[in-house]
Amino acid sequence: MRQQMPKQDPAVRRTNFDEVALGFTAEQALAEAKRCLNCKKPLCVQGCPVEIDIPQFITLLVAGKPDQALAKIKEKNSLPAICGRVCPQENQCEKQCVLGRKGEPVAIGALERYCADWGRANQAVESTGDPAGAVKEKVAVVGSGPAGLTAAADLALMGYQVTLFESLHAPGGVLRYGIPEFRLPKAIVDYEVGNLTKLGVEIKTNVLVGQTVTIDELFALGYEAVFIGTGAGLPYFLQIPGENLNGVYSANEFLTRVNLMKAYLFPEYDTPIRIGKRVAVVGAGNVAMDAARTALRLGAETVSIVYRRSRAEMPARREEIENAEEEGVVFRLLTNPVRLEGDERGNLTTMVCQKMALGEPDASGRRRPVPIPGSEEELPVDTVIVAVGQGPNPILLQATTGLALNKRGYIEVDPETMMTSIPGVFAGGDIVTGAATVIAAMGAGKKAARAIDRYLAAKKEAGK
Amino acid sequence: MKIIDKKQLAPEIVRFIVEAPQIAKKAQPGHFIILRYKENGERIPLTIADYNREKGTITLVCQGIGKSTYEINRMEVGDSFLDLLGPLGKAYPIKKLGTVVCVAGGLGVAPLYPKAKALYEAGNRIISLIGAQRKELLIMTEEMAAISAEIHFSTDDGSFGHHGFITEPLRQVLAREKVDEVVAVGPVPMMASAVKVAREFNVPVVVSLNALMVDGTGMCGGCRVTVGGETKFCCVDGPTFDGAAVDFQELLMRQRYYQEQEKEAFYRCKLEEAGQE
Ligand SMILES: Cc1cc2nc3c(=O)[nH]c(=O)nc-3n(C[C@H](O)[C@H](O)[C@H](O)COP(=O)(O)OP(=O)(O)OC[C@H]3O[C@@H](n4cnc5c(N)ncnc54)[C@H](O)[C@@H]3O)c2cc1C
Ligand SMILES: Cc1cc2nc3c(=O)[nH]c(=O)nc-3n(C[C@H](O)[C@H](O)[C@H](O)COP(=O)(O)OP(=O)(O)OC[C@H]3O[C@@H](n4cnc5c(N)ncnc54)[C@H](O)[C@@H]3O)c2cc1C
Ligand code: SF4
Ligand code: FES
Repeated sequence: MRQQMPKQDPAVRRTNFDEVALGFTAEQALAEAKRCLNCKKPLCVQGCPVEIDIPQFITLLVAGKPDQALAKIKEKNSLPAICGRVCPQENQCEKQCVLGRKGEPVAIGALERYCADWGRANQAVESTGDPAGAVKEKVAVVGSGPAGLTAAADLALMGYQVTLFESLHAPGGVLRYGIPEFRLPKAIVDYEVGNLTKLGVEIKTNVLVGQTVTIDELFALGYEAVFIGTGAGLPYFLQIPGENLNGVYSANEFLTRVNLMKAYLFPEYDTPIRIGKRVAVVGAGNVAMDAARTALRLGAETVSIVYRRSRAEMPARREEIENAEEEGVVFRLLTNPVRLEGDERGNLTTMVCQKMALGEPDASGRRRPVPIPGSEEELPVDTVIVAVGQGPNPILLQATTGLALNKRGYIEVDPETMMTSIPGVFAGGDIVTGAATVIAAMGAGKKAARAIDRYLAAKKEAGK
Repeated sequence: MKIIDKKQLAPEIVRFIVEAPQIAKKAQPGHFIILRYKENGERIPLTIADYNREKGTITLVCQGIGKSTYEINRMEVGDSFLDLLGPLGKAYPIKKLGTVVCVAGGLGVAPLYPKAKALYEAGNRIISLIGAQRKELLIMTEEMAAISAEIHFSTDDGSFGHHGFITEPLRQVLAREKVDEVVAVGPVPMMASAVKVAREFNVPVVVSLNALMVDGTGMCGGCRVTVGGETKFCCVDGPTFDGAAVDFQELLMRQRYYQEQEKEAFYRCKLEEAGQE
């Protein structure tokens, strides 16, 4: 039987910011690893966006060699402690696992996490590279989310002199400011960033590329190639009346105040956050679940998810929906906010919603929600958190002349080379695909690193 | 990020000159920075009040109105800010317009100065109107006088210049002569009234908005303001906007959202300070 990862009790965890899922014990990891059939043609690997040799690492784990298992994973995935926690395995490797056809798939994600956590606890220093040997060209990486972190690490390992530019005061991208501590402890992000520094990557925070320095200027400064991994950080709003009332947050703002600025430790930390008794979160993706669960932990009495489609269409990871439910988040489905109302001081009081029914499938293949006439209802609220998606941040895109964008406003790249319309400028992650996943961004960073290596090698060859 | 000069301009208003070559190189009138001065500090937006590209320095003028700005004002020459990000925001386009009236309320002179100076250098005739609560809070008067063809002052208590709000001298100037643009920077109610007066005379008016901010890079949307019926992000689309189109009432309400919490934090910080003495 598939091992269940121990978790903090829901009643306890909804009052703290400590990690919810506690990880397998050594016994559990072994028992779970033994379930793997070590398939000749492993389907799980096909489901993995970076093609980790899953049966191989699991076999090494069974053999009592977690160090080698970890090394095997790291051949393909440089951030296993993070991916083991936040990847949607149920849609990827575990979805394909043969054991899943009749029963439950191997808990691949939990095993990946186990190996990574073992490494962090037992391996003092990781020295996979030789920083002193960095003799190749200077490369600039813009944005320190999973795409940028991965590209920087891989390029450094190939011997390039890499500088990573980040606009915020701390690196990590969404891993730092978006995904909460209780799902991804920041100590893990710090550890991975620390490894990058050990590889010789120079990290420059507080640099907003496009404003502090432009891409053209980076080339003038001697960088031979640039990788853009700036993510999809622009929050979308609902465009309904009352959205600028006090108490309406974008999920980005709400989570940034809590995760990056540590508002949950106010007044020890100086950034405030106001959480009312009644909180409504609009949307049903991972971002919405994170915001809802964070609101509970900040002391809200009731937290509801307001979503215009039904349960089946909720885009969040199954595990996170279950976690939210266990913690007491209420789901108001087939409900669409149409208007927000406030008092004379501009503070939010009410969310007016409309009930929806599912109609014909739309472009996304999901059934389109249609309003039920006369079904308006009032929901008393003190705080509304809008989590209905993000778009591309315009700053760098507007400041870079000649950078081709697609219809949705994201950067256009050659799918083979990851190169943009500007020679020597590459891009990957959410800024190319739109909001996606950590592992997809990581995969893009890896692919771009290889492409940059080929590009610079060819350029050098041509220059001879 | 090192402070190389510090000068007390008025009670609780301090001018810092800070080493920031990369920012100085790119700074233009209208730009601001965001800084953190300690590990658990807030991200505080301050306008670039002047810059010197050769020396690689920027000037910041900070008014201690709450915990963070009070503590910043206690930093000394030789201290460094922990983080300094900029330049942020859109630069204010400098054109030769003719006669420009620069109206400042209180600390607003600091953010107004780089615009006024650039307008002056572009050949505009500058009329400066500077208001404050009382005489000792009038700052940067010499700098402003140096670029102004005409300068007037007002104080709320009548301790210097016109007794009353600065909008009254503004009305007199606009009634007297043809003005091509009004630039108003200061507390929200002051900007709102300056806009009202300018509109009466059909003179274009630009303002600089100080919405509450977190990242300052367009990532959080906390700084949203309504301009011309549309939601804008103050940090990316601004902070300079067409005053006639701004919803000041909303801005004022949004600025007050954390008032209670901020007061408590400030009170504690002062208590701690008193306890140490
Ligand atoms: C709250 C939340 C929860 C999520 N949960 C999951 C999950 O459970 N599983 C999962 O797989 N995915 C999840 N995602 C999605 C995932 O985090 C993203 O797809 C992924 O982080 C994208 O990586 P990236 O490197 O492309 O960009 P990002 O992680 O967005 O990083 C971009 C970085 O670039 C910086 N930057 C932007 N512009 C500039 C500039 N001009 N100059 C310098 N720096 C700049 C930004 O500050 C940021 O640090 C979640 C996202 C959010 C917001
Ligand atoms: C683009 C921009 C440029 C700015 N330039 C300058 C500058 O050059 N010099 C300077 O001294 N200040 C400037 N400010 C304002 C400054 O950032 C705030 O005063 C500071 O963040 C307050 O922090 P605090 O912790 O000291 O006070 P808090 O305790 O946060 O606030 C004290 C009181 O002031 C109110 N308040 C807080 N922030 C603001 C704000 N942005 N606008 C109006 N009221 C506010 C609060 O509601 C509270 O009642 C600027 C703000 C912006 C957005
Ligand atoms: S498909 Fe499942 S059983 Fe087969 S190798 Fe992969 S994890 Fe093991
Ligand atoms: S301050 Fe966050 S978007 Fe403007």
